[in-house]
Amino acid sequence: MVALRLIPCLDVANGRVVKGVNFVNLRDSGDPVELACRYSDEGADELVFLDIRASVENRNTLIDLVSRTAKSVKIPFTVGGGIDSVSSINDLLRAGADKVSLNSSAVRNPDLIYESSREFGTQCIVIAIDARRKVNKLGEWEVYVKGGRENTGIDVFSWAKKVEELGAGEILLTSMDGDGTQNGYDLHLTKSVANVVDIPVIASGGAGSLEDIYDVFKEGRASAALLASLLHDKKLTLQEIKTFLLEKKLLIRPYE
Amino acid sequence: MHKIGLIDYGMGNIHSVTKSLESLGEEIILINNFNQAKTCKAIILPGVGAFDPAMINLINTDLINDLKNWINSGKSFLGICLGLQLLFESSDEGKVQGLGILKGKIQKIPNVVNQRIPHMGWCQLLPTKSNTLLEHEELNNWVYFVHSYHAIPDDDDIIAAKVNYGSEKLTAMIEDDNLLACQFHPEKSGKTGEKLLRRWLSSIQ
Repeated sequence: MVALRLIPCLDVANGRVVKGVNFVNLRDSGDPVELACRYSDEGADELVFLDIRASVENRNTLIDLVSRTAKSVKIPFTVGGGIDSVSSINDLLRAGADKVSLNSSAVRNPDLIYESSREFGTQCIVIAIDARRKVNKLGEWEVYVKGGRENTGIDVFSWAKKVEELGAGEILLTSMDGDGTQNGYDLHLTKSVANVVDIPVIASGGAGSLEDIYDVFKEGRASAALLASLLHDKKLTLQEIKTFLLEKKLLIRPYE
Repeated sequence: MHKIGLIDYGMGNIHSVTKSLESLGEEIILINNFNQAKTCKAIILPGVGAFDPAMINLINTDLINDLKNWINSGKSFLGICLGLQLLFESSDEGKVQGLGILKGKIQKIPNVVNQRIPHMGWCQLLPTKSNTLLEHEELNNWVYFVHSYHAIPDDDDIIAAKVNYGSEKLTAMIEDDNLLACQFHPEKSGKTGEKLLRRWLSSIQ
């Protein structure tokens, strides 16, 4: 049986790790490769790097980061941020990334999901969905793009189903309302998306305590939990989280 | 130290496999022409992605006959992930014939309640016989899988380890004399993956 995964997320900008609250107020949290190695040693099941300042100019910085990471890290990692073509996916996979995460470009051009999953396999195409609750609507969320700055008006559930049909291997679902707040994952959102697709859902945004992580697996039906500020701020360690979840009888890969 | 040949046919994870073996002190030679394999002690067929593009790439490299001869001659061989699946006769995923080195086919992972496809993440290996990587009773080896199809060999005896998938079991490892193949990714399986790769390396003649 496949274990539930804990995935540290390293938001990077210009080659450094940063983390913001509700997508703004960025703080420097260290060197990405150093942190990646530390988290891998501490029991991370996978890693995600999101380049939040992606641009054509710093594309080579990202490729360099990917190949340095691939040299030292022996667990799978995903890279995302500004990836908008089959050729840039190819570059990042060839540099050593295991998966790429597409967000705005997939909304703009859904064919990219189809083309890239046919070319490289569904297993390496992660679709990141930034979801925000609709004002005054219970149980409805809309897809945001461009780092959360633009509302597309697209319903999150229909988009999730569509990306699965087009060949996405996994959904990285971020609750923008919860991101960076440490007030808990949006369980309602996570469970609703996990119920409409068969591919794994990685829950993101809001982890603040051991119970939050337990809840997103147990109630939210997530296959993986993304962790950022909680780890970067050293509020909890991966080992503490794993020990807690194992005591709670969840299926977790034990510390090596 | 051995020289290990890695078949380079344009299907992913070459980098990870290379780095992983280099960190264990091996020398990796990328093979796109079998003359390069002359000094190698073992050959690895890696691969991620879809069955048909992989077979087409492999056909285009013109390596297939030499690869079959290598395996038939009893030399060490390791297939990883898609590199396991290509060894069989056919796959539900595509229309192109597989290498047919092993009898059997690749099937879509069955739909099982509460289990997701792709089968993605860390699982404990369940050895079905003593083999190069594991003792029969050896548990607590967690390795990384990512696949939507799995192997159904005609001959059950070549299965060396399985993995639980809900009420079902999927093929995790094949061993047939000198041929070893893993559905999981040892190069992405942390310290356990390193340990298993070391065991394979130490079995190379």
